[in-house]
Order: sequence, then C-alpha cells, then structure tokens
Amino acid sequence: MLASNEATKMLVTKISDGTVIDHVSAGKALSVLRLLGDPETKGATIALVMNVRSSKMGRKDILKVEGIELSTEQIQRLALIAPRASVNIVRSYKVAAKRSAVPPRTLRGVLSCTATTCVSVREKDSAPSIFFLSGRAPLRYRCKYCGRELDEKDISAQLA
Amino acid sequence: MRRKKQRTGADAVRKDAWKGRDVISILDFSRSELESLFALADTFVAGPAARRDLSQKIVATAFFEPSTRTRLSFTTAALRLGAKVIDLSPDVSSMLKGESLHDTTMMLDGYADLIVLRHPSEGAALLASEITSLPVINGGDGSQHHPTQAMLDLFTVRKIKGRVDGLTYAVMGDIRYGRSATSFLYGLTRYRPKKVHVISPESLRPRGEVVKALKGLGLKFDQHSDIQEVMADSDVIYLTRIQKERFPDPNDYEKVKGSYKLTREMATKAKPGSIIMHPLPRMTELPYQVDSLKAAAYMRQAHWGVPLRMAILSKVMGGGHAG
Repeated sequence: MLASNEATKMLVTKISDGTVIDHVSAGKALSVLRLLGDPETKGATIALVMNVRSSKMGRKDILKVEGIELSTEQIQRLALIAPRASVNIVRSYKVAAKRSAVPPRTLRGVLSCTATTCVSVREKDSAPSIFFLSGRAPLRYRCKYCGRELDEKDISAQLA
Repeated sequence: MRRKKQRTGADAVRKDAWKGRDVISILDFSRSELESLFALADTFVAGPAARRDLSQKIVATAFFEPSTRTRLSFTTAALRLGAKVIDLSPDVSSMLKGESLHDTTMMLDGYADLIVLRHPSEGAALLASEITSLPVINGGDGSQHHPTQAMLDLFTVRKIKGRVDGLTYAVMGDIRYGRSATSFLYGLTRYRPKKVHVISPESLRPRGEVVKALKGLGLKFDQHSDIQEVMADSDVIYLTRIQKERFPDPNDYEKVKGSYKLTREMATKAKPGSIIMHPLPRMTELPYQVDSLKAAAYMRQAHWGVPLRMAILSKVMGGGHAG
C-alpha cells in the first residue's frame, strides 16, 4: 500500500510553473478557487485534490494552478478561508518561493457585518464595510462600526 | 468624504485636546481629559447662566430616536452658553422620504458648527464623523455607545461620593442592549474601582464583544442574577431599564419583562452612604417609592446633565475654556 504522500503525488502530476496551495482545510478547495477570482485564473489549468490524508491536519485539500503565480493580494484573500494554507510558487518544476497565507489587517468591502442594526448594514449604499483583524488563530475580524466579530465560520459562509 | 484632523490615542492624551474633537465613545478619552471636563462642569454647576461664550455658534441636534434628557439637556446647555440650536426632526424631514444618513450629515455640515446625533444604528455617529468636517457628539448609537451619559454618570459619582476610585459598583439591568450601562462600564475602565458587580437576567448579560473589550481594558467584574447578593457591599447601585425597542424578537422581551426590580424595602438594606443611579427613563425596575430615600441620586444625575453638557460644548467648540 502506498503512503499517503505518494498516493497524492500520483493523483496530480507536477506543475512546471505556477502555484501550489497546500494545507487547505478539507472541503474548502472549491471556496478557495472561487475566492481567487475568475479573471486571474481564467485559462489556467487547475487541479484540485480534496480530502487527502495529512499528518498535520487529518484531512486537507490541495490546489495546483498551472501558469499563474498568485499575487500578494490573492494570498491575503486566501487566508480568509484557508488561514493555515501554505503557498509554493513553482518555476521550472522547482519551488522558487514559499509564502504563508497572512490575513490582511484591514478588509474593505469584502465582508458584511452580521449585526442587522449596524450602520454598515442599514446604510450600506453609503457606508463602507470595514473590518479589522482581531484574531489569527482562530481567525476573527471586528467590524469598525459596531464592534461585532466574525469568526471563521461566518467568514467562510460569506466567501463560499 | 471630508477630512478633519482627528486627535486620538497618545497624542490626544498628552495634549488633553478637546477642541474640535468628536465624542464617539468614552473610550476615546483619557482620565485626565475626563477630569478636566468635570472640573469645568463644576463651574457650571456653581453658576450655569454666567457664561455666553458660544454666542456665534450653531448646534444641530439630529435625533433619529426618541429622547428627553439628552436632547433637552444639550439644547439647554447650548442656549445657556449663548449658542443657537437647530433641530432636525426625522418625522418632518427628508428622512421620511428615505434620505440617507450620509446626505443628512452633509446638509448639517453646511448649516451648523457642531452636530449632536442620536441614531438607532450602531456606528452611526462614527460614520457621520467621517462624513462631516464638524465635530460630532454621539447622543447614543443603537446599543453601543452613549459617551456623554457615561461622562455624566461618572461626574455624578464624583460629585456625590467625592471620588470614582476605590468604590464598589453594582450595575443592574439590560446590559446586552443598554448603551448607557455599557458605556458606564467602559467609563469605569478609566478609573480604579474596588469591585464591579454586573447583575442581569442571563439573556441580558453583556455581549461578547463588550466582555472582551472590558477584559482587554483590565476591568474585572463578576456577574450575578440577584441584586440582593451584592447590595451590602455596593457604594453605587446603577440601574437601567430593559431596552424593549432593541429586542429583535418581541417574544424574548416578554420572557424578561419585569424580571428585576429594586424595591424600597431592598434599597433600605443597602450599604449606608450608598447611592442609587439610573440614566432614565425608568420602567418597573425602579418604583417611585424609592425616590424619597436619601440614596436616590437619579434626579440630581439628570439635572447635572445640563452643566456637564455645557462643559462638553465649551470644550469642543472653544470659547476660552477648551482644555
């Protein structure tokens, strides 16, 4: 029987140039894909491996994006639904750079407050949605206007 | 959005800078800034009609929720200082036609020198302060902040008890939706209370973000369900009503309606020298039979709203008394 790593390697071939996103929480690969946005990934070859065994996480998802190197902004957005993800930039079949998904300190217009009485909800046409990072593990964001916090579940639900 | 110079944090603490400043949360103010406000308010208690320093100023009151004390005490304070007052009434203004807070604020920006705003949405005053170049005073935003009430409450304690530090506080009522009680607790973080008890039905306990903020600011408090557990050691008993209008589900209000009360009999067993405060209006939690007790301080508390808010307007709009 093959070890889990070898089994995973057999599922998807190596990419020559692009980005490998590892340590995505199991089941979140499709959300990550959506979060990365269509324009940037359009035309790229993308491989998703879901529910792979992981010694660190139990189960995890992996994404391989051929021909695209994720921008810093995309990696920050990635951190919102996969805060433990690692990003490897691949060039000529070798890992050229390793980056961690770091959640942005401030989010503008990305999330919505869950408090129905918050001014950013009631006056949403003229009021910006602004959230400040209030916790990394577990991930939490605090609304600038009403102080309510969104947890990982709230954030994933909004971005999925 | 128009920009204004905002002084917050360490810079504001160093300069004790009130002039031109927004009053959004009591947490924006240092202890020394509060103390300088109270010192000025003391002079207005001594002679409320003595100064007319703001005779060239116009104060706009924009109350999108009902108010008696905050609105009238700000109006009286402004008039006593010689300022003019314009009042935006949502029931006869373009708010009825659906005008946004943004556009309403922009209009007031061109008409007045300072805006006092009360609004049912949390964060409304902060948003307005980002829109206008004028100072904005938060007269209450949803269930979040009521900074001038908290300043008045601390002023009342200091005036009657001579100090805020070293006392034991019992804060009873709807802390979940009550902005006055929450802001009072925030205000206590600027002092060194001996103990703080929070008494409320379980469903009306402080919201998670409030508990987190208070802990982050170093305010230790314990939670109780019955005021009688803490009556004997409390120097200040602070009551609030249940905020019926803020319950998302009326059934939840029915479950807690009338669930707590400070009766005269209970009040007579309070610690000698203790005081009873309430931001008002009161419902059934504070019967009229308590009014004749020496401990009843809530009418003095309400009356001092005028000199305290005179001090706020003087500090923010200048006139020779800005700190």
